[in-house]
Amino acid sequence: MNRRDFLHLAAIGTTGWFLAPQGAIAESTSPTNFFSVPPLPYAYDALEPFIDRRTMTFHHDKHHAAYVSNLNRAIATVPELQGQSVELLLRNLSAVPDIIRTTVRNNGGGHHNHSLFWTGMNPNGGGAPSGQLAAAIEQQFSNLSALQEQFNGAGARLFGSGWVWLVLDSGKQLQIITTPNQDSPLMAGATPLLGNDVWEHAYYLKYQNRRADYLKAWWNVVHWAEIERRYIAAL
Amino acid sequence: MAFELPALPYERTALEPHISANTLDFHHGKHHNGYVNNLNNLVKDTEMGTMTLEEVVVAAAKDASKTAIFNNAAQVWNHTFYWNCMKPNGGGTPTGALAAKIDNDFGSYEKFREAFKAAGAGQFGSGWAWLVLDSTSLKVTKTLNADNPLTAGQVPLLTMDVWEHAYYLDYQNRRPDYAQTFLDHLVNWEFVAANFDQAIAA
Repeated sequence: MNRRDFLHLAAIGTTGWFLAPQGAIAESTSPTNFFSVPPLPYAYDALEPFIDRRTMTFHHDKHHAAYVSNLNRAIATVPELQGQSVELLLRNLSAVPDIIRTTVRNNGGGHHNHSLFWTGMNPNGGGAPSGQLAAAIEQQFSNLSALQEQFNGAGARLFGSGWVWLVLDSGKQLQIITTPNQDSPLMAGATPLLGNDVWEHAYYLKYQNRRADYLKAWWNVVHWAEIERRYIAAL
Repeated sequence: MAFELPALPYERTALEPHISANTLDFHHGKHHNGYVNNLNNLVKDTEMGTMTLEEVVVAAAKDASKTAIFNNAAQVWNHTFYWNCMKPNGGGTPTGALAAKIDNDFGSYEKFREAFKAAGAGQFGSGWAWLVLDSTSLKVTKTLNADNPLTAGQVPLLTMDVWEHAYYLDYQNRRPDYAQTFLDHLVNWEFVAANFDQAIAA
């Protein structure tokens, strides 16, 4: 099966018309291709002027791609982990053998965090959440502005590289947390709903040292419909 | 007396084309300056405000309630040291006693280079690659974020900043290219040798 056929089947698979068994797809691709970089769900320049095309190109095609290839190389060495989802690997990191645990933590985390990041943004994003998520935000933070202020503050204070998150914790409460480097909230038993990347590579070409400006601008592209979908699925 | 931002030891264009004036403007004028301002605000009217920068770094590292002071003080120190580790038309190979010690402790200058590049490339996230004197041995190490060898009792001889802000405008994701260029064209070996001579004399 060539790559185009594979993508075609995968696309059909998501519509529910053709549910290809995961194993069949994995076998038909390169043996080290356990994970792949999902294509951006919009054009590289679609988030302009808030996130520029050049940043998106390096971030998706180079940084995310490097996490995926490092993860694939590590998983290739441990047959019993092959076929596990990245979510499962991160939730059960202690089950990953010592020799590749840090690699899976950093690169599996990098793969999962970035996958959530791309789909958590949209050119028609911004605005405010609705429905159950809006109600939960009101209950937990009083209003969206208070959530955004707390989220931006946590992102600005994070020293070094990492992520700022709105998560659903194990008690099903909304919470704002930060994680260093590529650590995933899944490692702490929380479900990531909305995450912003505050590694300098996420904003340096456009915002340089002005991380606070980036954090503020980013709300213009947040895809609340997708965040609400994640919230309902996690409840 | 407040801590001060030292001037760059060369012109802002002096490291071009390897490190651009644009990068140095942000790195020195915004990042380094930001750490100095934060530190001064944090230690104002406290006993740490009267200590030397090295004393603040070492003391704050031992006190979990002083993480913000440590981060800013160490970053002030690290950046001043980093500027001095570079010069226009730098690179090449060390000479004299330092060169002999590198050959002895790493096997060869080439092996040192490989270790130093690997430390820089392998520091996940933000941080620094170092050549240090640890007791009587040279070692290559890497540290996360602001962490500094002084707190481990090691003597820093050479450092390379691998926070993305150090190289992203010029090299983007290509950190290994930045590390290669740093060794080939930027290292101020006279400064490193002076640090080494001072450390073994002490």
